[in-house]
Amino acid sequence: MTLLIAVFAAIASTIAWYLSLEKKSELQLGFLSLMFWGASLMWFVDAVVEYIEEGAEYFNQAPFDMLNDAYLGLVVVALGMVIWLVSLIIKDPKGLIKSRLIGSRK
Amino acid sequence: MACFVAPVTEAVVTTVMAKVVKSKENKEALKNVHMEESSFNNKKIAFSTKLGWLNKMLWGGSALLAFEHIWHGEVIATFPFLTAIKSGEAIGMLKEIGTTGVGMAVLVTAVWGVMLIVSSALEKRAANEVNLAKETN
Repeated sequence: MTLLIAVFAAIASTIAWYLSLEKKSELQLGFLSLMFWGASLMWFVDAVVEYIEEGAEYFNQAPFDMLNDAYLGLVVVALGMVIWLVSLIIKDPKGLIKSRLIGSRK
Repeated sequence: MACFVAPVTEAVVTTVMAKVVKSKENKEALKNVHMEESSFNNKKIAFSTKLGWLNKMLWGGSALLAFEHIWHGEVIATFPFLTAIKSGEAIGMLKEIGTTGVGMAVLVTAVWGVMLIVSSALEKRAANEVNLAKETN
């Protein structure tokens, strides 16, 4: 479930990045999508290793485990978005925060 | 247990590499300003930017994976930080880093390799289109 949610987040952020290219947006959505793709690839390897060890049992998870994995997946997506948001505010590519701070000092 | 250690190690190496490549590219760019290089070279994506893609995948993926380990209680806030070491399963942990962790690093790098091939093909196509437009004019 964590892998599935991370893959959906990666696909959604990649579509958002592609659409932002047209508008020449500087939201750095590429960073967000690369982060989710990186995590998805890593969890994919984890899933393959577990499948090799457990076989078909891997797909028959207990409902509580699935719920916990889904909850983890959602928290991971939220954490990824927080990391992206903090990075965006620190880099401030359009200098909006900087100009607002300097403007408020004047 | 601690499979994210392998991609983190690779991320440290590629981050240092990206810094070195970036400084070399800046020096090259300064030279090219004097030599007035063709405009096509300036439209190519810098290799440091391409290395940045790998860095973002490795650091971002490892950060989220590390959080998963905290969630499952495999990473703790106190020394030795990994429950596998605390419970005497260090060999199992090293085995996991060597198999799953290295597998993760290899797959991410392989996907980045595909991204490099696709981007260089797109760059070549764009260069051909520019050349064709010049020839017709």
